[in-house]
Amino acid sequence: MVKNLINWIDARIPMTATYNRHVGQYATPTNFNFWYFFGSLAMLVLVNQLLTGIWLTMNYVPTAEGAFASVEYIMRDVEYGWLLRYMHSTGASAFFVVIYLHMFRGLIYGSYQKPRELLWLFGMLIFLVLMAEAFMGYLLPWGQMSYWGAQVIISLFGAIPVIGDDLTLWIRGDFVISGATLNRFFALHVIALPLVLVVLVFLHLIALHEVGSNNPDGIEIKKNKDENGWPVDGIPFHPYYTVKDIMGVAGFLIVFCYVLFFMPEGGGYFLEKPNFEAANSMKTPVHIAPVWYFTPFYAILRAVPDKLGGVVMMGLSIAVLFVLPWLDRCKVKSVRYRSTLHKLNIAQFAISFIVLGYLGVVPATPTLTIVAQIFTVTYFGFFLALWLYSKNEKTKPVPARLTH
Amino acid sequence: MKKLLIALVTLLPTLAMAATEQVHLESANIDLHDKASLERGVDLFQHYCSGCHSTQYQRYERVATDIGISADDMRNKYMFTDAKIGELMQSAIPAKDAAKWFGATPPDLTLVARVRGEDWVYSYLKGFYKDPSRPFGVNNTVFPSVGMPHVLEELQGTPVKQEDGSIVVTGGKLNAEEYDQAVRDITGFLVYSAEPVKLEREALGWWVLGFLFIFFIVAYLLKKEYWKDVH
Repeated sequence: MVKNLINWIDARIPMTATYNRHVGQYATPTNFNFWYFFGSLAMLVLVNQLLTGIWLTMNYVPTAEGAFASVEYIMRDVEYGWLLRYMHSTGASAFFVVIYLHMFRGLIYGSYQKPRELLWLFGMLIFLVLMAEAFMGYLLPWGQMSYWGAQVIISLFGAIPVIGDDLTLWIRGDFVISGATLNRFFALHVIALPLVLVVLVFLHLIALHEVGSNNPDGIEIKKNKDENGWPVDGIPFHPYYTVKDIMGVAGFLIVFCYVLFFMPEGGGYFLEKPNFEAANSMKTPVHIAPVWYFTPFYAILRAVPDKLGGVVMMGLSIAVLFVLPWLDRCKVKSVRYRSTLHKLNIAQFAISFIVLGYLGVVPATPTLTIVAQIFTVTYFGFFLALWLYSKNEKTKPVPARLTH
Repeated sequence: MKKLLIALVTLLPTLAMAATEQVHLESANIDLHDKASLERGVDLFQHYCSGCHSTQYQRYERVATDIGISADDMRNKYMFTDAKIGELMQSAIPAKDAAKWFGATPPDLTLVARVRGEDWVYSYLKGFYKDPSRPFGVNNTVFPSVGMPHVLEELQGTPVKQEDGSIVVTGGKLNAEEYDQAVRDITGFLVYSAEPVKLEREALGWWVLGFLFIFFIVAYLLKKEYWKDVH
């Protein structure tokens, strides 16, 4: 009966073939470690954001007059509205935690290298859209930090010569951030960007399954196949990695739910204190800080004394990640078999990123600005150094089979 | 190079601390489980504060239910407008009039404990002192140039700032200890109103975490079982 149904469907759409290609018979390296949980976790958080987002939309009022009160209405009068709201707000931060770790994994194991350049580019596009999505979403509660954060970020476009002022006007739909801005950000946040995001995630997965997963050894398992054409070092994604990912999900949810139920404000970093006060265009907060996941780039922006220069550097700090596959000219992928110089370079890049993230949170002082300038140089230095040494890098011999 | 980096990283928090000056705040030490204190807080807030300050994101009925006040008590003892019990807690004076009398609309206080923190609210209510140069004759240690009168003066008495910065209080219905408790009661109510679901959220959180720990163990054993033939 079921078999007949499956045959009936398979004669019309390639259901079984698709399942086998992407899950049942998708060959995965046997040696995935801790770092490989974050791809599936990113998917989990995306689903969380989509579902909680839909339910929040049912009670949220996207107007300047009603937005702030409607969020409090959700927190107080909607059954489990507080849970939906905290799942969504904690999910936003969790998304970036997971994505940053996912990107770092790609960085250390060379997962961006040939033949995975497109996979990396789709991933970078996802990151870019995610930042836009998060930025627009942060305006919606219509608190003081929503309002003034958006004011600061949108005004950055004003630094662009000639078209700057018209551009900011076009983005806001008004001379200041207003209900018009809120309406359009709402539309983009709940429809346009999520659609783009889902399409990009689809392309990211298609690209991944075409070339196959990289692994901590950076070896292509497809190069070593048995007589049936199955990679010797490969195992089917299901059931091996489905059960492993379920374990990862459980571990992740413990941390996620701890934050959700016991510290939903995330120490003032996930939900900023001034944002519990309704937006007021006449009253500027003492210290405007973007949400933590933007602060590394914000610190780079502030490190440059010139406004246009800062905007350009901030743009470059993200843009340079796009060309990473072509900056790294080394043939060896994994950090395990690369030079000490490369290891140190990755370490200093990670430190630079974290320090810049910290500097973007705190108010700028002359000393801190100098520190930010130093770490902006080391941030970009990573890419320049990589390009210089990777061509003739002294690497270790790469094993023929995966190591465990 | 690495040593320099580490030195810089460890130095950063100190630099940041030096950058932000903080007023000393007293610890409010409130207990959201203490329903009697919360009810006294509702009583004090409604009598002394709600004339000008709304808590307009919450409803009388929800406050009554959460704190364990009967609907009749809520109506008769703590409601001073013609609102119905299911309605939002607006202030007694219209915002327009308030703006005219005080120069600014008195802010809504539903979420003040989340914006400022509970210790700030507690210290603020204790921080008034006599200052004839101000329009209402008082100033505040944690909110300089405050734009409201010391409404709790009949309870606390008249606080006068001494040369050494300390504050000496004379008169008042309550002694120092009783006043601290009254202020703690109000703060407790405001902390409650900033997030009424806080206790429920934490109680639910333990069940969720408990389930997840068990789920993690099951998932771990399942993974181990499947993976024993790999390697």
